[in-house]
Amino acid sequence: MTMLSPQLAGEAPRNPLLGLLGQALRNPSVLVGGFIVAAIVGMAIAAPLLGTVDPVRIDPAVRLRPPSDLAWFGTDLFGRDVYSRVVYGARSSLLVGLSVAAFATAFGVLIGLVGGYFRAVDIVVMRVMDGLMAIPTFLLAIALVSLTRASIGTVVLALTIPEIPRVVRLVRSVVLTVREEPYVEAAISVGTPTPLILLRHILPSTIAPLLVLGTYVCAQAILVEAALSFLGSGLPPEIPSWGNMISEGRTFFQVTPRLVFLPSLFLALTVLGINLLGDGLRDTLDPRIAKRM
Amino acid sequence: MLAFIAKRMLAVIPVMAVVSIVVFLLLRLSPGDPALVIAGENADAEAVQRIRVALGLDQPLLTQFLVWLRTMLSGDLGTSIFTNLPVADLILQRVEPTLSLALATMIFAILVAVPLGTVAGATAGSWLDRTLMVVSVVGFSVPAFVLGYCMIYVFSLQLGWAPVQGFTSISKGFLPFLRTIALPTVTLGLAYMVLIARITRASVLEMMGEDFIRTARAKGVVERLVVTHHALRNAAIPILTVIGIGVALLISGVVVIETVFNIPGVGRLVVDAILKRDYPVIQGVILLFSAVYVLINLTIDIGYALLDPRVRY
Amino acid sequence: MNARAPIVELRNLCVPLPLGGDRRHAVDGVSLSVSQGEIVCVVGESGSGKSVTAQAIMGLLPKLFARPAGAILFDGEDLLQASTQRMRSLRGREIGMIFQEPMTALNPVHTVGAQIDEVLRAHLSRPSAERFVRVVKAMEEVGLPDPERLYHAFPHQLSGGQRQRVLIAAALILEPRLLIADEPTTALDVTTQAQILKQIRDLQRSRGMGVLFITHDIGVVAEIADRVVVMKSGKVVESGDVTRILTAPEADYTRMLIAAVPTLEAARPAEPVPGPLALTVRDIAKTYSVRSAFGGTREVTALKPTSLTLHRGETIGVIGESGSGKSTLARCITRLIEPSSGEAALLGESGGKPFRRRIQIVFQDPYRSLNPRRTVGQSIIEGPMNFGMPKAEAWNKARELMVLVGLEPAALNRYPHQFSGGQRQRISIARALAMEPEILVADEAVSALDVSVQAQVLKLIDDVQKRFDLAILFITHDLRVAAQICDRILVMHRGELVEEGSVRAVFSSPAHAYTRRLLDSIPGKRMAAAA
Repeated sequence: MTMLSPQLAGEAPRNPLLGLLGQALRNPSVLVGGFIVAAIVGMAIAAPLLGTVDPVRIDPAVRLRPPSDLAWFGTDLFGRDVYSRVVYGARSSLLVGLSVAAFATAFGVLIGLVGGYFRAVDIVVMRVMDGLMAIPTFLLAIALVSLTRASIGTVVLALTIPEIPRVVRLVRSVVLTVREEPYVEAAISVGTPTPLILLRHILPSTIAPLLVLGTYVCAQAILVEAALSFLGSGLPPEIPSWGNMISEGRTFFQVTPRLVFLPSLFLALTVLGINLLGDGLRDTLDPRIAKRM
Repeated sequence: MLAFIAKRMLAVIPVMAVVSIVVFLLLRLSPGDPALVIAGENADAEAVQRIRVALGLDQPLLTQFLVWLRTMLSGDLGTSIFTNLPVADLILQRVEPTLSLALATMIFAILVAVPLGTVAGATAGSWLDRTLMVVSVVGFSVPAFVLGYCMIYVFSLQLGWAPVQGFTSISKGFLPFLRTIALPTVTLGLAYMVLIARITRASVLEMMGEDFIRTARAKGVVERLVVTHHALRNAAIPILTVIGIGVALLISGVVVIETVFNIPGVGRLVVDAILKRDYPVIQGVILLFSAVYVLINLTIDIGYALLDPRVRY
Repeated sequence: MNARAPIVELRNLCVPLPLGGDRRHAVDGVSLSVSQGEIVCVVGESGSGKSVTAQAIMGLLPKLFARPAGAILFDGEDLLQASTQRMRSLRGREIGMIFQEPMTALNPVHTVGAQIDEVLRAHLSRPSAERFVRVVKAMEEVGLPDPERLYHAFPHQLSGGQRQRVLIAAALILEPRLLIADEPTTALDVTTQAQILKQIRDLQRSRGMGVLFITHDIGVVAEIADRVVVMKSGKVVESGDVTRILTAPEADYTRMLIAAVPTLEAARPAEPVPGPLALTVRDIAKTYSVRSAFGGTREVTALKPTSLTLHRGETIGVIGESGSGKSTLARCITRLIEPSSGEAALLGESGGKPFRRRIQIVFQDPYRSLNPRRTVGQSIIEGPMNFGMPKAEAWNKARELMVLVGLEPAALNRYPHQFSGGQRQRISIARALAMEPEILVADEAVSALDVSVQAQVLKLIDDVQKRFDLAILFITHDLRVAAQICDRILVMHRGELVEEGSVRAVFSSPAHAYTRRLLDSIPGKRMAAAA
């Protein structure tokens, strides 16, 4: 009496999300982006091993030297080694980017899940989110940083707050779609309690779009951190970061453009890698995500 | 239709309320005494007290908010701590360059992005589409200020086609205006353009798969009209939406670009104010920018009703 | 009729499928022809290649298909060799086409008049006043009311039937010699379907054009076809005159298709089912309040006060078209939505079991009613474990239930996308049975399935009812299905219960006008008569 179509018999059980991730690893954007990101991350982790010297050591005797065997990228206004500063700069950028992506996602998911499922909460939450979205991200971040003492923590906080509404809107839109699915109704009708429905049946649907959005938030945070530092309102100047380097270099831009261009190149490359990764993930995991963001 | 417009306009109120609360709290809830923050760490006690009273900081929080809100609503954005000039006047003096730059950028970006995105979406997978997608991801990744310096380096320093920095009013002639505004416009516009082009491409591509496209083809409509009259026309709403949301990108960009190109606009004003901690100016500019953003998006929301008959009810 | 020269003739048409499909050709060596003044029906289940054939004639195959081989002769001209330009000038002028989904086949942002007018603009150059007159005339011809006003309406303001009429008007305004109709009535309610079928038939008669009609419904075939082509897996199984195919089919597959169509004969006796009362519903009703722009609210009644009783071992069919309130009724009873008034009470020995364990629901869409990210085993054990059953015991139960619904227990650790539609519906039934309910609500549970699969799932539902003495509330739009499985029938119309009785009584002597109209609209009554 049992029937099973022949193609089913030979097929192994396959988790659809894992299957998609496997597909993503064959996507050229994911490969190129992933390679760039891996290289930059590797550089940040292995910074002390890459022929660097102390990136903050000031040596007035060797100010603004051109590139040489001793200092591969030359030295800056204070005689610091530009190569070492660029390599160590990756640490600050990645730290800011990843923390902002992680915090914004965590808070966004929490607020979005609850808001999307309970209508009473939703109305209040969405008004607040609309309001936050209306304040220019960048100005809000600048104001937050300049109000408090500049440190990695405040920069991360200042960049996280404006990103939360984007995550909330995405999660909420997924929740609103998924909770209408018959399989959610089926779960209700077999008596699954609401918190379990959220965790078991709704949350997993947000993973793929969040992975994609997370890469964009990370890229955006790195860019904004650099812009903040560029305007003198970001990370404290003693921390070697690409934004700080560009900011210091711009005074002498017409004389030594490399002080601006070298950190810029690494900054752009990093963001490019993350964006490529995000685009590739989007194309394989959830092609319709563009509409949700 | 009128009901729809009224509903949309009412929806602005809670948004602006949240904006004002956040802007108000920005200063009041910062760690430490705001008056002390403003006066600086070396100020004497008397100066701090003067600032405290001037800002009404000795009042309870709610009273402060209501007083502040009432002055803001009456159009008085407060007085700059450093220049002692009304914030509204300071903004008004600086508004022309910013407005010129923003409008030029919007026109430039939309005129380039929509046709490119449409063609790419209609011919998804073609070389043009692939090129556009590669350019777009690069465009997203280069920070505006880096791009600005590249532009200055190539077009001003090497080729000498444009002045390095500054702004010329359009009242001094269109060509001189264009010469100074061209580089900042392209710099500021790239990310905005890329954003619009990507959404245009994605929306047109999605529409190309719709049943009514098949119907149009079955009627014998030429492909060019199938794309514009059916696909692009239906993609208009997401495109308009992103044009509105992208204004946030423009506002952030203006602040940076005005610094790079040394343009005396509102962006420069707020950056200077931030470095000097001139809080009334910061608050005023943030409120103004938020209001502009909300109003543009309100206009776009109402525009939906004109574009999509299903929204009119 | 067949003596006339064919308008279109397919010779050995092959459309290759992209690599990785379950077979190499979507359409595999199909030959058929349509002559002037005849309607040729291509009938087959999903995956038979019937729609691909239609799209190939129009030159509108989706890009993923490779170039077809063989020949499509239109008036002797091979369309497979024709230029893009030539094909465009034929479409709309010489060959018209209508589609399955009238809801999405019209562009939502243009007026319907302008969309009919578009055909004229694409092929002729005439002043707009003249075109307007022609469009209005075409709209009149397809039976659209008040065409001059309707010209300026947008698609969302029209009913499904009206939209399909607009599409027919657009397809026929230039009097093409061939009309290709791809499942044009599948998405419509049965009464609307009857009207549209008649409309197509009348227009075809008056104009003498050829029609290639694609359908999955043998009943529709009986209603409209002159000749029939039966397709399966991309190949023609058999073809011939409609009466001959329906009365004396040669191929086993055709016989199976015809046999699988449920007839209107009541399958169960008209006597009341003796089992104990399981469910009483008293005056249950649902109104939604829709908020308008100015803060006022408008009440929309989805379900007027409705009462019913259901016994163990009994199946009650709730019949109605879209918007009749039948699904609202099912949801109110299962408490998936809160009724505005009235109540549904479960009767009999509860044995302390909570509500959710005693009543279970099986949904329509087999592709969306199982969580795609969980194995089917996880879906089945979820319910019992919610009520405290230990995991090992729940898995044992799941294995037993898999066997019961006719699937291998080993398939429990697979994901839903690895199963076919019919298999998924079996899994949904197993999930419901895992709760050991007394009442099963089946909300259009077989509507999305092919007829042959439908028959098997219906049999399964029948089996489990006997085995567990279930009370079943069977929601369906299909009277033929209801006749086969139900003891009693409730007919719903616009949120209201209009008729109730045994299957035999309702079908042989319907009391309400709407029931009569519903029964008259069932496609294929001719078939029953011929057989």
